Amino acid sequence: MRLEVRETYSPALSIIAPFGAIIFSLLCAFVLLFIAGAPPIESFFYLIKGAFGSPNALAETGARATPLILTGLAAGIAFRAKFWNIGAEGQLYAGALAATFFGTGLIHLPQFLMIPFLFLVGGLAGALVILPLVILRQLYKVDEVVTTLLMNFVILLFVSYLLEGPMKDPMSLGWPQGSPVIDNGVLPQILERTRLHLGFLIAIVVAICLWVLLSRTAFGFRIKSVGHNPSATYHAGIPLFKTVLVVACLSGALAGFAGITETTGLKGYLTLDLSPGFGYTGIAVAMLAALNPIGIIFSALFLAMIYVGADSMSRAVNVPTYLADVVVAITVLSVLVSLILINYKIQIGKLKF
Amino acid sequence: MHSLLEVESISKSFGDLTANNDISFSVSEGEIVAVLGENGAGKTTLMNIIFGHYLPDSGSIKFKGEKIPVGNTRAAINLGIGMVHQHFTLAENLSVLENIAIGNQSLLGFSIDFKQIEHKITKISGEFGLAVDPRAIISDLSIGEKQRVEIIKTLFGDCELVILDEPTASLTPQEVDQLFLIIRSMVKVGLGVIIISHKLDEILRISDRIIVLRNGKLTGSMDKANFDKSILAEMIVGKKTERPEKNKGKKTEKLMELIGLNISSNVGSPMGLSDINFELFGGEIHGIAGVSGNGQRTFAEVMAGHIRPDSGDLLINGKRIKKITPRAFMDEGVAYIPEDRTSDGVVGELSILDNGVLTETKNPKIANRFGFLNKKSSIKFVGEICEENDVRFQSLSQPTRLLSGGNIQKLLIGRWLKRNPEIIIACQPTRGLDEGAIVSVQKLLLEERDKGKAVLFITEDLDELLLVSDVISIMFDGKLMGPYNYDKLEKREIGLMMTGSGIL
Repeated sequence: MRLEVRETYSPALSIIAPFGAIIFSLLCAFVLLFIAGAPPIESFFYLIKGAFGSPNALAETGARATPLILTGLAAGIAFRAKFWNIGAEGQLYAGALAATFFGTGLIHLPQFLMIPFLFLVGGLAGALVILPLVILRQLYKVDEVVTTLLMNFVILLFVSYLLEGPMKDPMSLGWPQGSPVIDNGVLPQILERTRLHLGFLIAIVVAICLWVLLSRTAFGFRIKSVGHNPSATYHAGIPLFKTVLVVACLSGALAGFAGITETTGLKGYLTLDLSPGFGYTGIAVAMLAALNPIGIIFSALFLAMIYVGADSMSRAVNVPTYLADVVVAITVLSVLVSLILINYKIQIGKLKF
Repeated sequence: MHSLLEVESISKSFGDLTANNDISFSVSEGEIVAVLGENGAGKTTLMNIIFGHYLPDSGSIKFKGEKIPVGNTRAAINLGIGMVHQHFTLAENLSVLENIAIGNQSLLGFSIDFKQIEHKITKISGEFGLAVDPRAIISDLSIGEKQRVEIIKTLFGDCELVILDEPTASLTPQEVDQLFLIIRSMVKVGLGVIIISHKLDEILRISDRIIVLRNGKLTGSMDKANFDKSILAEMIVGKKTERPEKNKGKKTEKLMELIGLNISSNVGSPMGLSDINFELFGGEIHGIAGVSGNGQRTFAEVMAGHIRPDSGDLLINGKRIKKITPRAFMDEGVAYIPEDRTSDGVVGELSILDNGVLTETKNPKIANRFGFLNKKSSIKFVGEICEENDVRFQSLSQPTRLLSGGNIQKLLIGRWLKRNPEIIIACQPTRGLDEGAIVSVQKLLLEERDKGKAVLFITEDLDELLLVSDVISIMFDGKLMGPYNYDKLEKREIGLMMTGSGIL
């Protein structure tokens, strides 16, 4: 078996390949369901029904997609510049911490100012976490994969300390959780009696803004160029340090936004289980969308569908919910392989693909 | 003489490009066969097929009368075919001994018998005159020595046919002589040798037989007895190419000056510079000769604002420059054409359109004051670059990496010239280009000179240096010798100064 570089670029293939990958991974899920002893087609029916079958299910999928869009964008913009920010989880908690610090009574503003204000401080908190790491990377070549990843644990433990100590809500009956966000800071519901909140729309608007930024502006162009070839970009007179610094801070801010939506939109207060790994799943979301901000909206919805749907599927046909994680993992792997196929031909014996 | 290698009707195409078209030739024991041709003629593709890197579309290869499996590098090596690549494949931080051990040990072995390997290296060195210290660290060696290590590595596998890909590309005239002695001692013991090159003079000196490729086809073959330079030259290029007329530039005012400039060479950073005093005048091409790695790159990067000197002054138009960034120097009218056009020049994955405006993200015509790109004027801008500099492409949106080297270089130079620079720093601007592209790049630089621009021209090719430059300086070990007037220097003298042994 060997790989040969494709000498020509096919736009059709670059669209077909990821969809083929998704279909392939769903087929894998079929096999897994079969092995787990569940009827595959029926299980899929429950999965779809669980994610889309009722207004409540739809709202739940949207609510789950909200932080995934934001952390997906965080990973997406950073990865475009080849800045491997694996620390969206920590930056998310930093944003949530800012919401708790400023939004639980320290500052009182009318709602139309309070919500933007919380996003501002949450974004700043996320950017602040990443700032020393990007400086270390650009000045001393300290590997950002390691530093951003380890920073997650630092922040999580710090949050844990705060929730057990200084920031613990005295009314929480002993549970380690923060005080509730004041009413003016809470993101209003979009659908009555569901958990779908304004954050979902904000995330979509942010994604569209980011798409404009990346595809239509000189700054987005510089990011793309830095990611593909920093040396040639530098030779063309584009400052690498500044560009990567801004990209990293934007990435941290986007992850911080996710902390805001979860604290002020979904839960209302900070807990240690605020995020079941949204920061890490964001990487899968971004990869699945080939780092395209509009694509990230859809890949976040797709993964949210699988997670939400898998919950009801597992209840209906008695398979573990972990199956959702397996499906997501297979999907991401297949999409990555399909992206290789866009650039390389595979030859096995006499067969060519 | 027994026939060693027989190549029979090999064809290979990549997409629409036919790299090799029905090529047959043979090599006998004790014979030196040269494969001549321009860049892109298909030489390296042919060798990669023999060595098993590529699968041919059709044709077969026989080694000592037996068919060898195609597309199988391991089989080629086991049979006794060895290849010394143009770009060295040595681990810089390991010793000669360790480098050779890597390639010849089984992956699952527990221990390496260094004594035995060292013994064999010494034996090979002695037999073929390949003087090198087995314990030396690769990064401490000169280019010539590294090449010797590559040759030992190849011979270590007991090969019978050695393929040398552009072996003289970065050697001084003296090092070339040494290499040819080594090659002669190899054929004396019965090895077959294939040399790939585009330097006709050297090939005439060393080979027993020459085969010529052009556009993927075999255009001729000639034995030593019949060697004729002009016929061979015609076989290579097809038609006579017109070299630019040599005429002297009209020196105008001083545009750039370096005074007492020093840069220390730290570990891991490029070669330093010591006490550089240098003046660059408008209307003049100032050529810098030197074996690569003697500080030319650092020199060029200082002049382009990429590196801050430790001490000394840098003046542009008589003004002392304090802000050392590429952008600041660009704004002062400096254009820098880097040595490695694919890794430092263009962003291969991005389109021709994107690469054409990469330097222009601050140009109000390309990006408005809110930072939004104007696609229409970008297309016009890049279209003009391509038209003025004869860049051939299918579509502005195709990835730039799909362009040929010559077209990439013309795009790159055109992009810089569009900024109307006063000072052009060109590092090896014609390296790896075919004859036609070399001439157009040289013409572009000469035209700029005639417009009164200052051109710094760094190259390793002495013939080209003498052809294009008005004044010449020689760089060795981070020091600059010169300037000398070009007509007062002999090629031989420059060669000696390039190795530090003939300081005038």
